[in-house]
Amino acid sequence: MTAGVAGLSALDLHEVALALGDDCLVLSHRLAEWTTHAPELEEEVALANLALDLLGQARSLLSLAGEAEGRGRDEDQLAYWRDDRDFRNLLLVEQPNGDFAVTMTRQLLFSAYQELLYDRISSGTEPRLAAIAAKGVMEARYHLEHARLWVQRLGGGTEESHSRMRRALDLLWPYTKELFEPTEAWGRAADLGALPPLASIEGPWRKTIQSQLESSHLEIPEFSAWQSGGRRGSHSEHLGHLLAEMQHLHRSHPNATW
Amino acid sequence: MSPTYSEESRELAFQEAIDSDRTVEPRDWMPERYRSTMIRQIAQHAHSEIIGMQPEGNWITRAPSLRRKAILLAKVQDEAGHGLYLYAAAETLGVERRELTDLLIAGRQKYSSIFNYPTLTWADVGAIGWLVDGAAITNQLALTKTSYGPYARAMVRICREESFHQRQGFELLAELSRGTKAQHEMAQDAVNRWWWPSLMMFGPPDTESPNTAQSMAWKIKRVSNDDLRQRFVDMTVPQAQALRLELPDPDLRWNEARGHFDFGPIDWEEFRQVVGGHGPCNQQRISVRRAADEEGAWVREAARAWEGRQQSRTSAA
Repeated sequence: MTAGVAGLSALDLHEVALALGDDCLVLSHRLAEWTTHAPELEEEVALANLALDLLGQARSLLSLAGEAEGRGRDEDQLAYWRDDRDFRNLLLVEQPNGDFAVTMTRQLLFSAYQELLYDRISSGTEPRLAAIAAKGVMEARYHLEHARLWVQRLGGGTEESHSRMRRALDLLWPYTKELFEPTEAWGRAADLGALPPLASIEGPWRKTIQSQLESSHLEIPEFSAWQSGGRRGSHSEHLGHLLAEMQHLHRSHPNATW
Repeated sequence: MSPTYSEESRELAFQEAIDSDRTVEPRDWMPERYRSTMIRQIAQHAHSEIIGMQPEGNWITRAPSLRRKAILLAKVQDEAGHGLYLYAAAETLGVERRELTDLLIAGRQKYSSIFNYPTLTWADVGAIGWLVDGAAITNQLALTKTSYGPYARAMVRICREESFHQRQGFELLAELSRGTKAQHEMAQDAVNRWWWPSLMMFGPPDTESPNTAQSMAWKIKRVSNDDLRQRFVDMTVPQAQALRLELPDPDLRWNEARGHFDFGPIDWEEFRQVVGGHGPCNQQRISVRRAADEEGAWVREAARAWEGRQQSRTSAA
């Protein structure tokens, strides 16, 4: 494929679409793991909604990544035939579900990020990315709202739920710095106006999280040993297991269609 | 209704209303046995939707394409929705979802026994859609005319979604059947395992069905177990031919005189075992449901506490 309208190279478009798509695919998988384990039936429906929205976004983004790459790989080839070193998702989204407090904290941190990101991408210079983001931003807003409500209830609910929320924040906070570390492709895409510079959304993100936590009787943990590497294919141990489960059937029948 | 009416005359009036095809609504007087039968049946149906999420949910994280994964996830989500809808219908009869969930977990209310079989391969997802949902629709179409209004109306909506699921199951199996040799074998194996349990979904033969007569008189049930089973077989045999899959019954053949397909004897001993709690997955299904309920208790409690605080804040303001 030739360079995009914005002058973004096909390879860079491939890289950034892959990163955004992998975030969605991996988080969708985690949310789908809740099926039949949710604390309430209403929440079964809601978690499946989140997982479905993210899966839809993943499919669009991976398809775009495949087209940009121009080697004939479609969404399934990208999802099922890459190993963990080739996945570009954030470490945050691959972290195990833990309890419901961990899952909702992860969702709050990620959806607040994704909402800001999609909002800016939707008015960016790369039309195909912009179209996907314009649809996705509505979904991200709903996910953020859902997570907000739960963080509020759990943070201000009982002593137990409050202490579980604090533990969840301590557990996940180290993965949040990575959200704002640009890769080289991201940097070039930002220079061309296809993506926002990550530094420009860090402040608004922190403000959203801070005010949400305050109204939930929680606070940002003071110190964190930052973890990063997902965007470069250096993941936590958890991703390999997730992919083993996701990919095994597809890979067991290499020439089959489903 | 006037208190001077005797119980007997009320029952007569109730039966007359049923006979003239009027639906029973939540505020209408109804015999206690009608109410308890209805609660039992709707609860069992709701539980089936919720427990039924497990065998199919088993394959969501392993679905072999992203498209199939989305379809399956949406389907399992629909089942949670059906469960909620049906629990709400049961609540119109004066019980609470919480009580019914406790009865399910304690093993004191049943769910459809079909979900006590395991989903061993991806093809089982297709077989459940095609056969199990197909059997469920056959049952539920009859229930859209059941005498209890809220249940009948729930059925209309649920049937619409179930037909969609059944087509998806058929399509999944069709893809496997015409796919690689291994895929075709996977599809055939699944059909071999799910065919007989699907026939058992209609319940024991009419001659041994203890509740049928009263349920028919009250028009809770409009078609008998055996008639529904025959309808399902007649509908499914040509579909199996279209799929190029065999149904595992050497006695299955068209009977010109009856105008129906004949089929072989059902292993009712297996049915009794599974209904009696000794199927391959009975314990697993209930323990997963119980664990979700127990592990979610602190979440529900937190939500209640928070809600309570919001309300007292509002009333104080």
